[in-house]
Amino acid sequence: MSIREKVGWGIGGLLIVVYCLFPIAWIVSLSFKSSADISNGSFLPTVATNENYETILTGDAAELFLPALRNSFGICLIATALACLLAMFAAYAIARLDFRGKKLILSTALAVAIFPVISIVTPLFNLWREIGLYDTWLGLILPYLSLTLPISIWTLSAFFREIPWEMEQAAQVDGATPWQAFRKVIVPLAAPGVFTTAIIAFFLAWNDFVYGISLTSTSASRPVPAALGLFTGASQFESPTGPIAAAAVIVTIPVVVLVLIFQRRIVAGLTNGAVKG
Amino acid sequence: MTTTEARPAAPAAAGGKHQASDKSRSEARLAWLLAGPAFAVMLLVTAYPILQAFYESLFDYRLTDPANRSFTGLSNYGVILTDPVWWDAFGVTVLITVVTVAVELVLGFALALVMVQALKALRPILRAAILIPYAVITVVSAFAWQFAFAPDSGFVNSWFSFVGLAPDTDWFGSPGSAIFVICLAEIWKTTPFISLLLLAGLAQVPEVLQEAAKVDGATWWQRMRKVTIPNMKAAIMVALLFRTLDAFRVFDSVYVMTAGANGTEVLSFLAYRQTIARLEIGLGSAVSVLLFISVVLICGLFIKGFKVDLSQARGE
Repeated sequence: MSIREKVGWGIGGLLIVVYCLFPIAWIVSLSFKSSADISNGSFLPTVATNENYETILTGDAAELFLPALRNSFGICLIATALACLLAMFAAYAIARLDFRGKKLILSTALAVAIFPVISIVTPLFNLWREIGLYDTWLGLILPYLSLTLPISIWTLSAFFREIPWEMEQAAQVDGATPWQAFRKVIVPLAAPGVFTTAIIAFFLAWNDFVYGISLTSTSASRPVPAALGLFTGASQFESPTGPIAAAAVIVTIPVVVLVLIFQRRIVAGLTNGAVKG
Repeated sequence: MTTTEARPAAPAAAGGKHQASDKSRSEARLAWLLAGPAFAVMLLVTAYPILQAFYESLFDYRLTDPANRSFTGLSNYGVILTDPVWWDAFGVTVLITVVTVAVELVLGFALALVMVQALKALRPILRAAILIPYAVITVVSAFAWQFAFAPDSGFVNSWFSFVGLAPDTDWFGSPGSAIFVICLAEIWKTTPFISLLLLAGLAQVPEVLQEAAKVDGATWWQRMRKVTIPNMKAAIMVALLFRTLDAFRVFDSVYVMTAGANGTEVLSFLAYRQTIARLEIGLGSAVSVLLFISVVLICGLFIKGFKVDLSQARGE
């Protein structure tokens, strides 16, 4: 590649970085604007202030935001763990065992992934109210499985197919019990795949909005995206732009940290699951 | 409840007492024991609710007046399909879907090409950057774009005043400009996903073919048209299918930016408004079922019309 081409592709790359980060930079900048500064019409605040963060962490909006943050973490972690556990068994069967119905399970997962969430919400809203799951953690964890389970099955079976399963038999020949062989040989090989799948599933659950606003009504179970969407401000006379921006930054931090640490794995997991599955 | 069925994985060969002829049967039994819970949960959280929705759509039923619940057959569907509200929402949804998917495909392809060519040093940075829009929650992205364009908190009006934009331009006041901003937000958020899929597709184009075409004197554009794109057709189709279905379900951005006002109501929002906001369970269920049928139709169209072979795309 000539120098000119190199520079060209380098600039292209920088443009991508700007494209990807620009809205994030803007919401961060907005979160540091004081209420007088919000409408200054410029990208940056004239003076950076942390009053918005105080509002949502210790001030008027804290009792809205902090429980929502707790709910989001709890519900998403449980839904992710459940999805990974169930998907692990299913993916093991798909990758390792020969049985009829393999295709059926994979196509069901695909069908569930393309299912319009809003079509599930209507009947669930009614059903949850009748059986008392409305506005509870379990009432969100169950529907979140419809988001997390399909992609977990696809990505995990893609990972599991690449594991050299013969090693397990080799260990058994060397005198290990089947369970020992599985635990000592296969589990360490499968762990990175399971971990990657967990991150992707967590992103999906963390991103949910439709279930969050439809199946909850109080801070007992309302997750962050729904709390943000429904947040109308601490006082009726002040538009809550700054506090929303601060809250948006806080919920974006875990996601950005995960991306920065595990970027290589996440890309591999996403493309393997979708293209090679 | 279903998790209790799942047992620790033990290889099929474990039960030594099975005869060789029984082996495949016991293997299948173990496989279903392992995969069954996941399968059951998937059916429980989707198939069951959609059947329930279909059943409820046959009733005139509102939660504010439960005593007057009555069976009305398919009349809810008649009401919806003859109402311009449905067709307006349908039009907006199709418009957003077509615009975003078309732009995302072109932009995503460009991003994928740059990522393939970009300098080694830049690659990890690009990979991390491109994952950020994918991972940021849609509501946050919607707020970022809304605040940027809003006349009170935004910078867009002042930045683009040189093209004659008034400082109090209300982007969310009319359907055209509001849908434009909604599309921008959607495109920003989901282009990276498309470009990752296309990047994986690019990697599957045989290098030999590229070289051969180069030797034969094909220009960059000719190679693109005759070698690269035909060879990644499967990846393109999968990306297109996923994104079309995803775009057709657009909800979060619309809810945050306009709440369906000023001619921006989409089908998902219509379903939400009927059920959750107006508590019209019967009508809302019918909208949900119609939305579901639309998605199934799109899927069928893609698979029949474009001959998407998913198993081929998955490199089998």
